[in-house]
Parts: sequence; C-alpha cells; structure tokens
Amino acid sequence: MRPERLSRRDWLKLGAAGVAGVSGATVLDLASRGGAREALAASGAMPRAPGVDGAAAGPHAGHQDAMGIVGLPGPDGAFDPGAFLTDFDYGEVTTRADGRVVRRWRMVALDREIEIAPGVFFPAWTYNGQVPGPTLRCTEGDILQVEFTNAGSHPHTIHFHGTHPPEMDGFEPIVEPGQRFTYEFEAKPFGLHLYHCHTMPLKRHIHKGLYGAFIVDPPEGREPAREMVMVMNAFDSNLDGDNEVYAVNTSAFYYHHHPVRVGVNDLCRIYLVNTTEFDLINSFHLHAGMFKVFRTGTRADQYELTDTIMLCQGERHVLEFRLEHPGMHMFHAHQSEFAELGWMGFFEAVDRLAAGEGVPVGPAPRDV
Amino acid sequence: MSDARPDAAPRRSGPARWFLGLLPLALLAGLVAFFFGADPTAPFRDAFPPVEDLTIERVSFPETGVMRLHVVNGGPEAATIAQVIVDDAFWQFEIDGDPTLPRLARATLELDYPWVEGELHAIRLVTSTGLTFDREVAVATLSPRPNALYLTTFGLLGLYAGVIPVLVGLLWYPFLRRIDRKWIHFYLSLTVGLLAFLVVDAFEDTLEASALVPEGFQAAGLIAVGVIGAVVGLRALGNLGRGRSGGDSAGARGDGPSPGLTVAYLIAISIGLHNLGEGLAIGAAFSLGEIALGSFLVIGFALHNTTEGLAIVAPVADRRPALRHFAFMGGIAGVPTVLGAWAGGFSYSPTLATFFLALGAGAILQVIIEVTRLIRKSWPQGLFTPLNATGLLLGLLIMYGTALMVTA
Repeated sequence: MRPERLSRRDWLKLGAAGVAGVSGATVLDLASRGGAREALAASGAMPRAPGVDGAAAGPHAGHQDAMGIVGLPGPDGAFDPGAFLTDFDYGEVTTRADGRVVRRWRMVALDREIEIAPGVFFPAWTYNGQVPGPTLRCTEGDILQVEFTNAGSHPHTIHFHGTHPPEMDGFEPIVEPGQRFTYEFEAKPFGLHLYHCHTMPLKRHIHKGLYGAFIVDPPEGREPAREMVMVMNAFDSNLDGDNEVYAVNTSAFYYHHHPVRVGVNDLCRIYLVNTTEFDLINSFHLHAGMFKVFRTGTRADQYELTDTIMLCQGERHVLEFRLEHPGMHMFHAHQSEFAELGWMGFFEAVDRLAAGEGVPVGPAPRDV
Repeated sequence: MSDARPDAAPRRSGPARWFLGLLPLALLAGLVAFFFGADPTAPFRDAFPPVEDLTIERVSFPETGVMRLHVVNGGPEAATIAQVIVDDAFWQFEIDGDPTLPRLARATLELDYPWVEGELHAIRLVTSTGLTFDREVAVATLSPRPNALYLTTFGLLGLYAGVIPVLVGLLWYPFLRRIDRKWIHFYLSLTVGLLAFLVVDAFEDTLEASALVPEGFQAAGLIAVGVIGAVVGLRALGNLGRGRSGGDSAGARGDGPSPGLTVAYLIAISIGLHNLGEGLAIGAAFSLGEIALGSFLVIGFALHNTTEGLAIVAPVADRRPALRHFAFMGGIAGVPTVLGAWAGGFSYSPTLATFFLALGAGAILQVIIEVTRLIRKSWPQGLFTPLNATGLLLGLLIMYGTALMVTA
C-alpha cells in the first residue's frame, strides 16, 4: 500500500487553511516547486528515485529510495551476514566420565580487512576471521573449553560475561601473538551473554571487531521459535573516535536489502547484543508490532512488552514477538542517525512459509 | 653568473652541442625509469595506509531535491569514492564516470536529496578505505542559472563596482588639473594609501580562497606564481610602454618611472585583475547563498571602488590624454568584475579564484611601486614629506571607512 498523493489543488487548499496569515507566499512557492519537480519526473529528466506514485516505487518510495548506500551489501569472503543471523555454534560435544556435557571450540584471532558497506573496507581484528565472532551456544551446566590461538599482530584475550573463576575471565593472562590459551569453565547462569577481547587499550580492541554473542540456554530449554542473533555494532572507519557506519551484524543496510523472512504469527526470538563503541547507547525498534523483552535472558517468567528497547554498551536482551500482519516490518535503531548510517532492516512476514524457508526454527535439533 | 668568463667564440671541438644539452635530461630520464622499475619505496607503501585527499570544491543545488557535488582528488594517489553521507545519513548518488579518481582528476556526483532552503547541510565522502572528506554548506539555496535576471544583476554590479568608479574618477580630472603640483603629489600619495589597503585586502581574499584549494594544486606555489607573475609582467609591460613613447632617458634605460599615462593604464590593468578575482569570489558567494546581494552591498562596492577610479586618474593629472583613454581604462578596470561574477556564479573553482586573486594582489603591489617612483621623480623625499604622508594615511582611512560598507 502506498501513501495517497495530494493533488496540487489539495495542497494549495491545505496551505490556505493551515498557514493562512503566516506565509501564504511560501506555500505557493512550495507548491509551484513541487509542480516543477513533478513535471521533471514526468519528462523523464530525473532518472532515479521515482515519485510516490512512480511505477517503480517499492515499499519505500520517493526520497526513501534515494536514502542509503550505493551498491548491494553482500557476503564478504569469510562472512555472510545472511548466514550469520541464524548460525549458532554449539562446539564439539563430548560427554565426560561423570556424565557432564563438554563443549570445545577453537577460536583464532586474525587481522583481516572486512567490508562494512559496499566498497568500504575496514582493517579489523577478528575472531575466526569474522566480525562479530561466532555465536557460541551451550546449556547451563555444560563444561566449556575455548582453545584460543592468537594469530593476530597484537596481544589479545577472550573475556566472557557470566559467572566463572577469575583466572578464566580473560582479563589475564594476555595472549601474545603466536601464543595459545584454553579457557575452561562451567556455563552459568543461563541467559544471553557476550564475549570480547579485554586487552588494553580496551576501546580499540573492541571497536576493531573482537566480540561476539554467547548464549547459555536454560536447562529446560526455550520454546521453539524462529531464532536470530543480532549483534549491534558500528565502525569508526576514519579513526576519529566517532562511528561512521552502523549495523546489526556488521554490514550496513544488509537486512534492508535482504529482508528477514518469517511466518505470520510464528514465534520469533532475537538474541540482541550491543557491542557498539563510542556511542553510549544503542536501541532496537520494531515497526507494526510489539515484542517481549527478557532482560539479559536470565529469567523466563518476567518480561516487558514494548516496541523500543535501549541498550547500554555491553547490554543484551532476548526479544520475542509474533508479527500479526503479513508484509514488511521495519526494524532499526531508534537513534535516527544510527538508522540512516546503516542500522536498518526489514522483517518480511508471509502467510505461509514453505518448509526450510525463512528463518529456521530452533533451538537446533543437535542441541542435547 | 656574472663572474664567469665568457668564451670569445663557441667551441667547435668535442661532443656536439645538442649532445651536451641533452645529456642531463637523458640521465634524469634514466633515473626516473630506474626509480619506477626498482620501486625502492615499496616497503614504505606496504607499511603505511594510502594517503587520500579528496576535496568537495563546490556544492550546487540545480533544482529542488537535487544536490550536485564537484569533487577533485588533490592527493598523491588515486582514491575511490565508495559512499556518500549527507547530514549523517548514507545517501545514494550517481557519478559521471569511474568512482576511482586518479590524482588531480575531477568528478561530479548527483544526489536526490531533499535539501532544505536556507538551512545547513553537512556532506561527507567515504572512500574505500573508510576515510572521510567533509564539506559544509552553510545556507542551501537554489543555484543560479545563466538566465537574464542573473546576468543583468551581475552586469549591474560590475558597472557599479568597476566602470562607474572610473567615470567618477574622470570627473575629478578637471579638478586635478587646476591644482598645484604639490597637491597632485598629495593625491598620488593618497592613491598609494588606497592601493596599500587594497593589497592587504587582496591578500586576505587570496588566502581565504586558497583554504579550499586541494593539496595537490599547491596553493602556496599558485599564489607565488600569481603575485610574482603580475609584478614582473606589469613591470615588463611598463617598460614596453616607455619604449613606445620614446620618453625620457631614464625610461630608455628601463628602470626610471613610467610616464603618467602608462602608469594610469597599469593601474587600470591591475585593478581589472583584482576585480576579476573579486568578481569570482562575489559570484561564488552569491551562488552559495553566503551573501545577500542587497542594494546596500552594491552601493558599498560603488563607494569603495570609486577610490579605485581616483587612483587611475591621479597619474595623468599633469597630462592631457584623449577621452578614449578614459573609456579604455574604465573598461579594463571594470568589465572583469562582470566576467568574474558570471564565471564564479556558474562554476566556481577555488583553484582558479586563488590564482586570479593572487594575480590581482601582485598587480596592485607593482602599481604601488610605479606610483611611488612617479612621486619620487619630482620629490626626492617621495612619500615621506608631511603632505604626502598625510595623503597616504588618508587613503588608508578612506578605504577602511568605505570597506565597512561591503561587509557581507
């Protein structure tokens, strides 16, 4: 559905009624300019951005079409934001003699240039060559082993949020380039956590890309849902202490150009983590629907119903919602600046999703 | 070198003359070829990020909802424009060619952007390496098109700023002819004062324009070429004038003062050069919405520049030049304002503006030298008799007073 376009006469009437006595001349001026643009559009002199009633107008029209990036955001070598959204890494699973589940991951710090918007490259520090790092997922009570190798050019660590002995916290020891360290601890408490490098200067080690989501499922599990991970991040591409590009999962406007497909009334769950540096807060706003917020994901029985949630640096929440109407549902930071600098996307709700289509339903069956 | 002993005749033996002349060039070519072949700076290039320097020279608003960026790559290497951010929002653009700009190359970007009349817009280019280059438009306004209204407005401004002042100056001519010789030198000193103020003014304008010159175009070098070029060029022109008039013995030697009419023409030319640069700046400022062309401003220019007219006629006070000379001098001094304003309004280039402003500054500097020499011809103390010094200071003050009226 498209907004109705006012005729020039409507426009003038509006002006006469609403702005009478203020500046009729301005309204007339505006109207005539609008007319000029209309005429230009009709003459084909304006190649791009069809008007609101233009034949090529999509779900967003007029200048809405001209907003955004040039080129199509796509997978960048080792990293595909489309796949990352629904990719949960459960590690290599073994069972210990005492019956405890042991999960083992190999993490490697690597320097790599990543594409943060079409044609814009950023010299990142990564875990496993990707920003954000892999989404590590386990169940409360599992024994976790993270073998960390530093193949980067600077010393790094992995600091996990959650409860564990201080010597496994990733503040110390510093892992120098060429060194290896294995973190081992029990996963608790259940909830949505994160991990990031904790080497000084902290700000640089985080903003250059060393972070990721860390999910600890409750022992009884969560209700099956179409599950996604969204790491809100940003990049200071010109290194002036201020971000130039904002996104969820690194690639500016990726889900704007590749909408996330879900079924109408399906339960959807987002693991939302804020790893933005420099800006104190970030936020998530859903259009045409409301979501439940489970703060830090640590309680299953308490939530708040809203359509906008604010997250401080390092804060994270589990969001659950069902889209009741088919069609495009926008989601973006409610800081308009962040939204227009890349942190913007669409859910496309469809009446019937074929099996295997859209966001998969999880937790994945391989979870035990 | 003056102390080198000149050879009585060219030497006939030994290598041919053309060989000796070309040998250094051939060696240089060899060195350049070796440098590119061996590439000894490669290790540095790999270690450091590329140096990029893009400049948005001009932002124009050809119609409602459309914004045009004129970009030049002033950096040492090619740079790729990957994205554009307007007012903290990524915005799509079309570029007239390849987004990778070689050194000193230009490109025009067009955006469908709903710019707001009278408001500020911040524009930022993002290159492939993530570096950013900014430009702010203080007041967005529809860019002038070469239509009758615009041409007339600037034609009128040119008349007021350049042509009319000379005509007014001409009206002083009969007055100057009736006064005593020492008073003529008072007015010549006043002219020096007027021009001295103008030279400072011109340098200020030059430096202001040069702030926007892309690094690759070497603003400082450009100013040096303009200033020195004008000084040397006008001096040579003055000597040529003296040769033609076949005047006094000092003139024949090429280092005496020029006759009055030549000096008057030199002043007209220098003011013309200055007004060309000033016209460029005025046209650009108007099209960028940085000044409003109120009648007060136009009158201010007229008053301010009437003093330029006086400066032109003072050197011919003791002669009787034909009327056509006044017409020519008026045209030479005034018409460039119109041309500059037209050019500046439609396609402003900070690089060209800087060059012409520097040329104008150098021209005025040279004219000060000429007028001073003209005064000294009759008065050994030159500018520094009590009367002449008073004239000079008065000239400065008049310029300052009328300059208050052209504050845009």
